[in-house]
Amino acid sequence: MSNDNVIEVKNLTMEYSTRKGNVSAVDNVSFSIKRGQALGLVGESGCGKTSIAKSLLKLLPDNAMIQQGQIVLNGKDMVPLSETEMRTHRWSEISMVFQAAMNAFNPVYTVGDQIIEAIETHLPKVTEAEGRAKIETLFRMVGLAPEMMDRYPHEYSGGMRQRAVIAMALSCDPDIIIADEPTTALDVIVQDSILKEITALQENLNMSMVYISHDVAVIAEVSDRVGVMYAGRMVELADTEEIFIRPIHPYTYALMQSFPSVTGPKKELISLPGEPPDLLHPPKGCRFHPRCPNRIEQCDQEQPEWKDYGNNHFCACWNPMEVN
Amino acid sequence: MTSNTSNSGAQTSSVWKARWALFRKSAAANWALFAENPVGLIGLGIIMFFFLLVIMHPILLNTVWDPNIYNPINGFDPQSPVNPSPPSLRHLLGTAPQGQDILSQLMFSARNEFILAVLAAVVTVTIATTLGAVAAYYGGIVDNIIMRVVDLVIMVPALSILIVISGLFELSIVQLAIVIGIISAFSASTVVIKSQALSIKVKPYIEAARVAGGGDFHIIFRHLLPNLMPIALLYMMFAVTGAIFSEAVLAFLGLLEVDMSWGIMLNTTRTLGYMLDFNTKWYLIFPAGLSITLLSSAFYLVGRALDEIVNPRLRQR
Amino acid sequence: MSDQPLIKVEGLRKLYPIDAGVFRKATSFNHAVDGLNFEIGQGESLGLVGESGCGKSTTGKMLVSLYEPSDGKIQLKVNDDYIDVNNIDRADRKDYRRNVQMIFQDPYESMNPRMTIFDIVGEPLSVQGIGTIAQREERVTEFLEMVGLTPASSFLFRYPHELSGGQRQRVAIARALVIEPNFVVADEPTSMLDVSIRTGVMKLMQDLAERLDVTYLYITHDLAVARYMCDRIAVMYLGKIVEIGPTEELLSNPRHPYTKALLSAVPIPDPRITRDPVLIEGGISKAIDPPAQCRFYGRCPIRDEYCKTHDHPPLERKGSGMDVACYKVAVDGE
Repeated sequence: MSNDNVIEVKNLTMEYSTRKGNVSAVDNVSFSIKRGQALGLVGESGCGKTSIAKSLLKLLPDNAMIQQGQIVLNGKDMVPLSETEMRTHRWSEISMVFQAAMNAFNPVYTVGDQIIEAIETHLPKVTEAEGRAKIETLFRMVGLAPEMMDRYPHEYSGGMRQRAVIAMALSCDPDIIIADEPTTALDVIVQDSILKEITALQENLNMSMVYISHDVAVIAEVSDRVGVMYAGRMVELADTEEIFIRPIHPYTYALMQSFPSVTGPKKELISLPGEPPDLLHPPKGCRFHPRCPNRIEQCDQEQPEWKDYGNNHFCACWNPMEVN
Repeated sequence: MTSNTSNSGAQTSSVWKARWALFRKSAAANWALFAENPVGLIGLGIIMFFFLLVIMHPILLNTVWDPNIYNPINGFDPQSPVNPSPPSLRHLLGTAPQGQDILSQLMFSARNEFILAVLAAVVTVTIATTLGAVAAYYGGIVDNIIMRVVDLVIMVPALSILIVISGLFELSIVQLAIVIGIISAFSASTVVIKSQALSIKVKPYIEAARVAGGGDFHIIFRHLLPNLMPIALLYMMFAVTGAIFSEAVLAFLGLLEVDMSWGIMLNTTRTLGYMLDFNTKWYLIFPAGLSITLLSSAFYLVGRALDEIVNPRLRQR
Repeated sequence: MSDQPLIKVEGLRKLYPIDAGVFRKATSFNHAVDGLNFEIGQGESLGLVGESGCGKSTTGKMLVSLYEPSDGKIQLKVNDDYIDVNNIDRADRKDYRRNVQMIFQDPYESMNPRMTIFDIVGEPLSVQGIGTIAQREERVTEFLEMVGLTPASSFLFRYPHELSGGQRQRVAIARALVIEPNFVVADEPTSMLDVSIRTGVMKLMQDLAERLDVTYLYITHDLAVARYMCDRIAVMYLGKIVEIGPTEELLSNPRHPYTKALLSAVPIPDPRITRDPVLIEGGISKAIDPPAQCRFYGRCPIRDEYCKTHDHPPLERKGSGMDVACYKVAVDGE
């Protein structure tokens, strides 16, 4: 490999075909992630962030189609691979932590058995004893007592289950983990400890990560780099501090200004007019233009270019916020 | 509230007009969904065909068919003295052992089948929906009593109850429909409707209705029942299938006092010893048997198609 | 407006029996809500904050009579008299229903999918027999415009599934306010909405509270949202209020160790700020037959022998408007 990018996504476009027509869920999205880097994808429901996660893992429903683009994982394009070929890469190179942790485990088997099964499927040479030893290490790593591996999923609390799901995602030493809203259903105190766990693991194992959330505050805490999604397109991409200090896209700015904080001075919250567009009939030009306070003539005609604003900061906007 | 009552009459009608427009719109949308499904259309086509037979029969008897010859119950054709006789130009499906025209019998019976099936289904669904909703809504002892009765009826095969009842009493087609309706109400349909009602009962909109000030009556009639209607309609279709079959079996066994039905036609064939003579007397067995199968499966097919409308997750995208 | 509070809650409890068989009386109970005392003034908005299972929703539902309290008294001021909510006669029940409403969390499940927006918003009016159908249509139209669904005529005869989450929550607000209640329990009304929609709904609720003189009990798990919506905040833990006081004071100077932990666990949307570490251990459980000691004892970082051997501490004034239930928190200036 010529560079240290674990994954490179180039011009990814994905559509769902439905009764009413095609839904353009992901439109021409590109980004790359270096080894040990955590990319946060933030946006509202229906912005395409979960569709990106599913595309990266190629866990797409039957009616979804990757129309164009490349997903280069460790130098190899995943898009043309068949499901059988993809299986050899899933878990061992790319794995996932999803939101619905209660559904991740089969209730009739112990959690340990299910993780061992995952290990044996992907690393056939591993023996049962080695597998158990591995899980013991993993459980310690994610803050679970190793004895818990012989318990059934219903004996776990919500937070413990989410930890077990993380252990399972780590079981085959992947290069990259996709975490889709892993703490959304959890209470703040549990969320706090899981977030700490995830960041610590990611740093210790020098693992790459895509962290998907609607919660700007969570993204601010866990990611090194942030991509902001709106209506299927990426509108801005920059390092975390950079994007929080100097948001360029009006949507990014609005998103941050509409997020209440418990600390600091009580600022006036911004509210955006209107609602995100229907992706069956996305607006022409920039998809944000109907709600945008900075709208100019060009916006409803042409799709804005993906421009480099220096300092590794990219944005697609015809009339960006003042850049100083 | 500061509305002037002078124009309230006009406004009242505007609300109802809007509701009527909505109803038509949703009916059209549901029909569009139904029409996409060949299974349902085939079923509907078969039902329409039999319904046409029902309508045509009295018209034919008043026009081209001589009632003395073509009366389904006591008609006799002097020109065909040997009965039963195979299909001919005069008798398109042949004649029965006692000389009646089989086509006329078939068409006349279809009317009875419809009366029986629809009535039984309405009785089933009315009772099952009421029981299910009440059991789910009130729970506790009410639920317990209803469900134990249902258990009891489920335990005994419905057909054996029917046989006993029709052996003890002479049932007309309407009485039979009501009996079949009641028996099939105390069955799986009540259990399914109750479970559906239970899942509706815990929805936040029920709580919202209560906070709005709604009592039990309001909640059952305005919230619970309307949301049970789709599944009730579905079970109605399946109940029709059951009713047609039960009638056929009872009539075939000679347990019904009905002037004419498909089951009776088969019963006559059997009692006169033509049942095992399929090679030569197929026209005595085939029309009635096929009609029973077709009509009951047609209602089942329509039910299946409705199922896909009622449960959108069964629909392919 | 007088100084008397609009709502007075005394010793409110809700116990759920556990393991009760058909022939067996329950021997253990889940103390979901255990002895709450608070008052809400006319036009004030009180936030009830806590993690899931702390009893905040149960409390809200008892205040709107969806659940019956096991013990305690809820009093609502109607026409300068207090109505005892759980001991109510027919005439008072009518007054009570016209004065108390609720906004639910889930904009998708809180509306009957087979009813039109007109029927949903007009339900409190039609159930309580207010006005003719034409008058109700006028009133519903007025409120739909008030919550920003304009033109109202284009929403009246649509079904909830044709609306977005944000629009539905506006419908829910219109339904709760259409009979002009004094008191509204809002149970996490914005937690399922997207950020860019949420702010609008929050602002709408504040505007309408002022315009229609509505008092809110605002239930939320999100302290940041409570900061914007509430004048005072009560923090609940396992069925008890552990700290209650004016919003900014409680957030900037929390006194109870649980409030401190809850606050330091909230992620901050600014990568330059690092939070204080969360100082408690273990997870929240249920208060099943709790021992006679502080509910927070097992997870408390500042507990000692005294806490172990004494009953759950009472709420006591510890500083400007701040009531805290903790033996270890000193009164300001002492």
